[in-house]
Amino acid sequence: MFTNFFLELRQAKVPVSIKEYLALMEAMEKGVSDYRVDDFYYLSRSVLVKDERNLDKFDRVFGHVFKGLEALPAEGTTAEIPEEWLRKLAEKLLTDEEKAQIEAMGGWEKLMETLKKRLEEQQKRHQGGSKWIGTAGTSPFGAYGFNPEGVRIGQDKNREGRAVKVWDKREYKNLDDTVEIGTRNIKIALRRLRKFAREGAEVELDMPDTIRSTARNAGYLDIKMIPERRNKVKLLLLFDIGGSMDAHIRVCEELFSAARTEFKHLEFFYFHNCLYEKLWKDNRRRHVDTYSTQQLLHTFPPDYKIIFVGDASMSPYEIAYPGGSVEHWNEEAGQVWIQRMADNYRSMVWLNPVPERHWSYTPSIQLLQQLSSNRMFPLTLGGLDSAMKELNK
Amino acid sequence: MKFTGTDSYVASDDLRVAVNAAIALQRPLLIKGEPGTGKTVLAHEVAKAIGAPLIEWHIKSTTKAMQGLYEYDAVSRLRDSQLGDERVKDIANYIKRGKLWDAFTAEQRPVLLIDEIDKADIEFPNDLLLELDRMEFYVYETQQVVKAAQRPVVMITSNNEKELPDAFLRRCFFHYIRFPDRETMTQIVDVHFPDLQRNLLREALNVFYDIREVPGLKKKPSTSELLDWLKLLMVEDMSPDALRSKDSKQLIPPLHGALLKNEQDVHLFERLAFMARREQRQ
Repeated sequence: MFTNFFLELRQAKVPVSIKEYLALMEAMEKGVSDYRVDDFYYLSRSVLVKDERNLDKFDRVFGHVFKGLEALPAEGTTAEIPEEWLRKLAEKLLTDEEKAQIEAMGGWEKLMETLKKRLEEQQKRHQGGSKWIGTAGTSPFGAYGFNPEGVRIGQDKNREGRAVKVWDKREYKNLDDTVEIGTRNIKIALRRLRKFAREGAEVELDMPDTIRSTARNAGYLDIKMIPERRNKVKLLLLFDIGGSMDAHIRVCEELFSAARTEFKHLEFFYFHNCLYEKLWKDNRRRHVDTYSTQQLLHTFPPDYKIIFVGDASMSPYEIAYPGGSVEHWNEEAGQVWIQRMADNYRSMVWLNPVPERHWSYTPSIQLLQQLSSNRMFPLTLGGLDSAMKELNK
Repeated sequence: MKFTGTDSYVASDDLRVAVNAAIALQRPLLIKGEPGTGKTVLAHEVAKAIGAPLIEWHIKSTTKAMQGLYEYDAVSRLRDSQLGDERVKDIANYIKRGKLWDAFTAEQRPVLLIDEIDKADIEFPNDLLLELDRMEFYVYETQQVVKAAQRPVVMITSNNEKELPDAFLRRCFFHYIRFPDRETMTQIVDVHFPDLQRNLLREALNVFYDIREVPGLKKKPSTSELLDWLKLLMVEDMSPDALRSKDSKQLIPPLHGALLKNEQDVHLFERLAFMARREQRQ
């Protein structure tokens, strides 16, 4: 019965699997949560979402799928609210004066009849206005309204506690924002790159050291361990080259040479302004020797870590529209390609040589910041450090 | 066995549902959240609330999954063999039980806390997949199967330093402890310091949330820091007026050491104070 919900979650790229869906069913069967919307929301969130970055997506899908649940508590069935409930509620809430007004409107039965009719007509969740059943309107039906003849549907006394409120709030919107950092000289920053290539648990027996220390130990065993040498990090560097990047060429060169000596598995490509369907390795032969981005997506497995280096400063059209490139006609918009990269490679960061405090003034930077799910970092000590941490996850 | 929060821990609705779901369905519960929002404390409180013993396994960068099951101390066996010890003949003497073993064989259904799982090596969670799923493992040295008599309540905390593998996540329930809003925070403080003056608390919370709003802080103060700070304020017998004063010299809150843990953050504050003073002069 929640298949739709499950499929929509997958469509929204929330990674849910059948196993989790079955776990949710099991939980429903065992009656873990009370039969309240809030509890079901909390339960399904805890079962289906495994990363706080997906919480906002989840909230949106939940709000979408269970839209109108507040007004129509019985999911799937026609909206038949027992008349007695409403009558009782009304008796509790309405003053004598207001009851008299209902009488003036044609009596309780008339009111209920109109309500039923409207419930049938109405398809969507409604907010405001003066006819439909929804919230905050002046129609006689709905919640939080001002019509004294109004009927409250599905509204608790405590507005804050309502489930719809909870997910409509979308509190998790900002959870993955980036940390602002100070600047320092780039050399120390580059040294940081080294750290993440060599780490791990001490797992290997250090033969020479064990023999040496056992001998020193008068023949009693003294075992020495060392960490496994692991430089398994595979890196794909994508440089924006030319145009506005000329101002940052020195810092990019330093980054490039440092990365080259540090990583055995390193590949690099160039692009101009934004990523499109073609990349190249040699700037002099950039129009002859190209490498298709589609091929790149197939060639390098998803465990490659992607580092974009670019100032991301351009006209937003170059990112958002087909044919937006300044150099050639591109069939598909730059953002489509960036999105493909983001979908294919879990570890992806964007290093931006433009100081972070200027980012908010350039729409294209914000656009790319969004496209890379806020994984854009300034090309500084702190930025590199955070970027490496992000890649290390 | 329903967890509803305790008299020393304020649990929000969503947290309660998550914990109860994990207990009822016998799945591990993965807890994430800002440092200092009570992830580790939760396990202690759950254990207390359902009256179960707590087994803690704190993870470090060198911790290996195997250590949670058991360790075969080959080195001391070799040493004993050099010394001609009798114990050397039985290999079981050199098997050291790990925390998972303890949890599986506990007489009463325990709460097992795997603390800061993200500190370990990247393969660590993968190595525990089967053990957490089936709640059993095999001891090669003695050829025995250790199987959980009753599945322990497993709580796992993570500070998000490493992303956890999908296969692992699929076996867990997940809860993200959101930073508490002002109302919840007042409840939390009430639970910890019941005799705190109302107005002192109000002023302190104002200062606290103001600090959290300051853009560019490296480490935002969290619940545990607020509690420490309040304790200090009480010890120092600070008056609410001292907190309220909008005097720019006092822009840095008194006893800020408990809230700001980074000298860059303190500098940032000093700079803000300096700017505020300059504005006043103009």
